[in-house]
Amino acid sequence: MIAAVKGPYIDWAGLAPLDALVGGSLVVLLVGLLRARAARTQLVPLLTLASLGAAIGLSIWQWNERKDLIEGALRIDDLSLAITVLCCLAGVAAVLLSWRAVAPEQSGHGEYHALLLAAIAGMSVLAGAENLITLFLGLELLSIALYVLCATELRRATSLESGLKYLVVGSVGSATLLYGLALVYGATGSTDFEGIARALAGGDVVSDPLLLTGIALVLAGFAFKSSVAPFHQWTPDVYEGAPTPITAFMAVATKAAAFGVFLRFFDVAVIDARDTWAPALAALATITIIVGNVGALGQSSLKRMLAYSSVAQAGYLLAGIVVGTQLGLQATVLYLGVYLLMNLAAFAVIVARERDTDEGDDLRAIEGLGASRPWLAGAMTLAMLSLAGIPATAGFIGKFYLVSATVDGGYTWLGVMIVVGSMISLGYYLRVIAAMWMRPAPAAAPRLIDGRPAMAGGSPEADAELGGAAAAAGRAGAGPRAQLEVSAVAIVCGAASLGFGIIPSPLFEAAKAVGRSLGALP
Amino acid sequence: MHLTILVWLPALAALLAAFGSPRNVGKLAALGAFITLGLAIAVLAEFDTGQAGLQFVTDVTWISALGIHYKLGVDGLNLLLVVLTAILFAAATLWSSAREWERPRLFYFNLGLAESAVLGAFLAQDLALFVVFFDLMLVPFYFLVGVWGGRNRVAATTKLVIYTLVGSLLMLAGAIATAVLAARGGQQLSFVLSDLRARPLGLGSQEWIFLCFAAAFLIKMPAFPVHGWMPDGYRAMPLPVLAVFGAILSKVAAYGFLRIVLPLFPGASAHFQELMLLIGLASILYGSAMAFTQTDARLIVGYSSLAQLGFITLGIFSLRPEGAQGALLQMVNHGLVVAPLLLIVGLLAQRAGGSEDIRDMGGIAFRAPVLATLFLVVAFATLAMPGSANFAGEFLILLGVFRAKLVIAIVAFTGVVLASVYMLRAFIRTMHNRVGPQVTSREIGLADALVVVPLVALIVAFALDPQFGLKRSERPVKASVAPAQLVGKATP
Repeated sequence: MIAAVKGPYIDWAGLAPLDALVGGSLVVLLVGLLRARAARTQLVPLLTLASLGAAIGLSIWQWNERKDLIEGALRIDDLSLAITVLCCLAGVAAVLLSWRAVAPEQSGHGEYHALLLAAIAGMSVLAGAENLITLFLGLELLSIALYVLCATELRRATSLESGLKYLVVGSVGSATLLYGLALVYGATGSTDFEGIARALAGGDVVSDPLLLTGIALVLAGFAFKSSVAPFHQWTPDVYEGAPTPITAFMAVATKAAAFGVFLRFFDVAVIDARDTWAPALAALATITIIVGNVGALGQSSLKRMLAYSSVAQAGYLLAGIVVGTQLGLQATVLYLGVYLLMNLAAFAVIVARERDTDEGDDLRAIEGLGASRPWLAGAMTLAMLSLAGIPATAGFIGKFYLVSATVDGGYTWLGVMIVVGSMISLGYYLRVIAAMWMRPAPAAAPRLIDGRPAMAGGSPEADAELGGAAAAAGRAGAGPRAQLEVSAVAIVCGAASLGFGIIPSPLFEAAKAVGRSLGALP
Repeated sequence: MHLTILVWLPALAALLAAFGSPRNVGKLAALGAFITLGLAIAVLAEFDTGQAGLQFVTDVTWISALGIHYKLGVDGLNLLLVVLTAILFAAATLWSSAREWERPRLFYFNLGLAESAVLGAFLAQDLALFVVFFDLMLVPFYFLVGVWGGRNRVAATTKLVIYTLVGSLLMLAGAIATAVLAARGGQQLSFVLSDLRARPLGLGSQEWIFLCFAAAFLIKMPAFPVHGWMPDGYRAMPLPVLAVFGAILSKVAAYGFLRIVLPLFPGASAHFQELMLLIGLASILYGSAMAFTQTDARLIVGYSSLAQLGFITLGIFSLRPEGAQGALLQMVNHGLVVAPLLLIVGLLAQRAGGSEDIRDMGGIAFRAPVLATLFLVVAFATLAMPGSANFAGEFLILLGVFRAKLVIAIVAFTGVVLASVYMLRAFIRTMHNRVGPQVTSREIGLADALVVVPLVALIVAFALDPQFGLKRSERPVKASVAPAQLVGKATP
């Protein structure tokens, strides 16, 4: 007789969104091996979109469910579902932006899209993690996929550099986090968030230096991932070097997932130690807001500017966690949604300009855009106004909510810091708008045809084949028609940042639902 | 509903016009502005003077989670300012439509959006909504200056926007703090002004929030130490845009003091009364002195506005009903005066070879008696000639200040004298004197007269019947000053 091993009960309905992502990743990888070029260049992205669509649909189906999966390793609630949906939306945008891009052509469509789906699956796990082990698992799943994705433009040295830099810095962050997790486990004797919270509720553990060191290291690890200063130094370099669709995806989805776990860890597991971590978090938020905004001022590369701006936005988001209230949680989640819209619009315009001009992501690439491509310029303008928090845009609503959450939570000075940060940020957002509408377009320069560096580690034959394909992709991407999907992403996201600024109630409803899922908060 | 149409019609009309051919867009936008004016006049006609409180109220919940309402309403405080806005925007749009603009669709859309935002700011009866409209005003003006402006337009517009948004964002923080701190003790969060008035804040909170709001409004006015954006901005703005900007946007700020600051922060208003009076006084003296020394005609008008707004600040912070009444009257007067004054500056520049320097002008009156007369009427109104409505306004302001702080009133009187010095200097240097080398004296054209003459006629009409405004504004002004006056009396 073989003793039956009793496996954990698995709720497949709850796991369905995650299954869609992981399954999609495997299928896409296999389809990418097909010989037919159309299968690789068209079918793979379509399947990826289908898988993302399925994940979004299944998440909406599971909306309002609240349950623990796999013996409390993962939790399905509105917080994790909302983050999953946000990451999937960012994934949809990334697939559309890289439809005719160089990166998937060079690194293989199958691999590229499979990694993208794996990263989103990792984010979904991270957002639902209710256990220190699952947390780390999700984090690594997303990080490793992203390290590779950053380096997928194999012929551009800066892309490879970006991947390597992200790998090195990210690993340090992961190690720090792991060390912190171990110390938290050591202090509380539990890897479960519930168990940790129970141990803290006892009272004695709260002032245990072991626990405090653990929390500090966990905080540092999260700060690395969500580019909170002073752990942000990798951000501008990695954002600048990575292929732009991946930068857009990283900026939006990684931040959403990191803040999802930030919220769950601080607002559930160690909420009783709030008096000790809140001042530290508030200090980090302040530093982040200042460093991000001041750093962005001098940038001429749009991607670097948006990288610093994303650092600043991380500071705003952190302010919502500091207060540790329902309102703060809702404000953070709402801001994550808003942040997605405005950043995707901006990055989509950058992608469009990178293909149209030889200026890359330099500020000069968008000069005179208002006259030549008013719709794109309009989307970028809305994105910038929204990022700056000008009324009638979603960014204003998001900031408004964050500031009221900080004032309500007794951190009025932090609310004022958010406002001061917005003032500084005008300096660089307005520069972008001025370049588009108030400067003439530069005289058209001849397009660069050749001069590709050799593929790192590639054989000459592969090089020749890939080179031809890339040149074909370059030609295909030259015309304005070819950018339909890019313009669509820009305009839809830009219009949505305007629309949600005027009619914000759907965002508030969603944020409220998310708030209810962590009902224990004051 | 009525007011919602009034607010959004200009932007909507300009948006629709943008879908037409670029040749007609100006005329269509002007049509929209005139329909708006018609609606505003209808509101004025239907307004019931005997009734206290708001009329034509529209109240819809906008963001329920934050207690923000889309609440618009008219009372004696904003009635005339709304009509003034509609008049001046109609004039500016008409003036623009007689001229050629690059990318006309975008131009008129921004002009329409600007009118909508200004009307919204005047009509908003919810603190958050006011902040939204107040900041929204800036966006169209940012483009109007930056795209169609003159020399150094990008630098000027950036400076303008950063200056004003620094203030606005501080106000945003202050507004949120006002509502959140007022809702202590389990009350539902609300930004509606009437709710906030019923929930007074502690003096400590009032003081810092007052400073936030004061910064926003003083920058927008502008007032003396924070007027840095004004010279560059005035030089760079296209003329019709400058006419509405100089005439109306400063009034939104002054109106904000009466609508929001005095009723919501009475303790702080009394506490900072002397500071605000000194700022007003400094603006009068500095503005007058600068207006006397400038040679750029636009800047003469700009600095004279600075001085006039100093008077308005004095009137408001006399914290007495007669002073505040005078300030409100003076807001309307000043708006009516500055817009034609700036348009006339444009006409003078056309006759002086394009230069706006008064040293290049001179002798323009020679063949242009009508233009000279129009200018003279406007100049007399600006220097508050007895008999003009401006005289009544300044008189009431000084009366209020006299009763509040005698010394400040005495010094402020010199401002009245200085006004006649700089206005007459500007008139004589441009219209009389030796004929300038570039000057070709021409009579005012029909299209331009169509804009300027009605405005001047309005100045004259208002001079004959200043009671028209005073009668309507008496009660709400008293209500908005009363709490601060009470605090001021309690703490001598």
